[in-house]
Amino acid sequence: MPDKHFVIPRQDINREDFTSSIPDFNRRSEFMKTDMGHKCIITNIVRLTEQEKLFKLRIIDPHEQGIFRFKPGQFLMLELPGYGDVPISISSSNSNHEFLELCIRKAGHVTSALFTLSEGAHVAIRGPFGSSFPMDEMAGNNVLLIAGGLGIAPLRAPLFWISEHRERFLNVAVLYGVKEPSQLLFTYQFDEWEKINHITLHTIAEHAEAGWRGKSGMITDLFQDISIDSEHTYAIVCGPPVMFKVVCSYLDNLGIPMNRMFVSLERRMHCGMGKCCRCMVGSTFTCVDGPVFDYWSVMNLKEAI
Amino acid sequence: MIYKVIAKSEFKRFTDALLRDNTSFGPRQVDTDSRGKAVYQFLPVTSSDDVAFDYTATASSAKHFFLPFREELSRFVFQDQEWDQQISYEGNPIVLIGLRACDISALNILDDVLLKGHFPSPYYLAKRKNTFVIGMDHLPLPDCFCKSMNHHTISTGFNLFCSDIGENYYLSINSSKAFNFLKECDTRDPIDDDNCRLVERRKIISDSFRSEVDVTALPSILDIEFDSPVWEKWGNKCLNCGTCAMVCPTCYCYSVEESFDTNLKGATRQKKLYSCNLVDFAEVAGGHNFRPKNGDRLKYRYYHQHRGFAENANQQICVGCNRCGRACLAGINPKDVINDLRMEKESCLTNISSSPDRI
Repeated sequence: MPDKHFVIPRQDINREDFTSSIPDFNRRSEFMKTDMGHKCIITNIVRLTEQEKLFKLRIIDPHEQGIFRFKPGQFLMLELPGYGDVPISISSSNSNHEFLELCIRKAGHVTSALFTLSEGAHVAIRGPFGSSFPMDEMAGNNVLLIAGGLGIAPLRAPLFWISEHRERFLNVAVLYGVKEPSQLLFTYQFDEWEKINHITLHTIAEHAEAGWRGKSGMITDLFQDISIDSEHTYAIVCGPPVMFKVVCSYLDNLGIPMNRMFVSLERRMHCGMGKCCRCMVGSTFTCVDGPVFDYWSVMNLKEAI
Repeated sequence: MIYKVIAKSEFKRFTDALLRDNTSFGPRQVDTDSRGKAVYQFLPVTSSDDVAFDYTATASSAKHFFLPFREELSRFVFQDQEWDQQISYEGNPIVLIGLRACDISALNILDDVLLKGHFPSPYYLAKRKNTFVIGMDHLPLPDCFCKSMNHHTISTGFNLFCSDIGENYYLSINSSKAFNFLKECDTRDPIDDDNCRLVERRKIISDSFRSEVDVTALPSILDIEFDSPVWEKWGNKCLNCGTCAMVCPTCYCYSVEESFDTNLKGATRQKKLYSCNLVDFAEVAGGHNFRPKNGDRLKYRYYHQHRGFAENANQQICVGCNRCGRACLAGINPKDVINDLRMEKESCLTNISSSPDRI
């Protein structure tokens, strides 16, 4: 058959290839853009502690800024070209369409590189990704927010939501535990939360330092200070893995239903899109199905916490 | 699907022209192993003489044509203080000849994983769309357990599938592209005799499986046996090298890395195939590792392969090719691990039935 030719034509992928895929609220309008970052300018950097900084970002392109919307509890992939991208939870209010605030701890090589940046530098973000706290479901109830260490960062978004819709909630309390008093984050907002938004705030430090007038002990010690109406209380818990078990089982004993306790899990996502499996727990992706899970789902996931 | 019968000599002429006109890959012998057995890999071929049609199984799977070890996800070009991000979804037409039924099944599973869900992967689709797959049936190796996983026959995911029925090939044509090509060739519709030969061939293949893994209710057994000492036993043997995931036709986990060009004028974001058996797979910032022990990681691999995906997509991700078992330096293979897990249960059955208060 030397005279015959069988050349396979090249086929490009196009929009039609994806029409049957799930329309995701996260999903950017153009399929080609899921890997494309929104370019942002760092407008402000606040050093919160020795290890943590609060970065304020603004999406440069007005159109992209117009379509970037998120829900409390979601995260985004923050990218520094050449260094890598890291999953960071959004800690600003989702009604603020102008700015995004990210509370970042210097932990790896990407975050170390981020810490060398100054105001005016450009970074890119992808997202938002993941599930969110069901704020509307919680409305009409007491809310208990329990944070350990950097766990306050993902809780700041629901806190903003509650502050903005304060009349829709009954009692709101924040229990916040840290290792050392100097590690307390967002101390400048404590007054605002307590006095303006009527959110009860309890802080505790594991190791008291000289000059610390607050309580010292573990986060569970704070439960003595508050009374919990288990019938009408939702809980949001975020902290290191050990904390989840202790706190959630305590709340469970109090009689709060497992599906009213929400946790935000931490994993090192590489793609954010449920493909790389790095954040997989059992059959669940922390990036797509999480990071916010109710405690019932977590109980059913082996190795989750 | 359209069925045709083609003489082997005519098929050779067809493949010669097809492989000549396109970038093609097929099984070729690359070496012999320590026991003198031939080692095959998918390598470039230009005519049907290059293709080892009688090959047993390749050491690496065909997934690397779709999921290369390293793949560029995007490129950054720096200019002053600014950068420009460029993304391209490359797919050049290639022909893959000689894939086994389980290899094609593996591609179907990858389709499910990577093209469904919230974020279908355009990188994968571009390659998948541009690949012309010719499958060939074969007699299984003694350690293949595709039949237990129900992947020893295949009905989708290929362009053309050839079953060896003596003088002729029985062709299953599954794409218009393949059909149009074969219009140019001398083929005929199958007659009764051909159909009988096909059934016979399938029966011979089906009866040749020597290895069996009982996967009935495996997902729930894995759940129940989560704390079984079996994991520690096999985990202690595991070397954490990740070879099993590299040769597996369905393992797709990866990590994303970025690196600067040496001239600092650009940077690339690359995806690198990874393995859940590597130590830092589940490590998070700050150094906490969610799966610190060998046994944990090995267990997670079996969980993902045989349970996790079963829950999400109602099928197990393993196709039963046993490439991981053959490649494992520590001699761990899925058949033994799964049978070991089952033995646990059976031993407790005997314990219960022989315990004194039951008599």
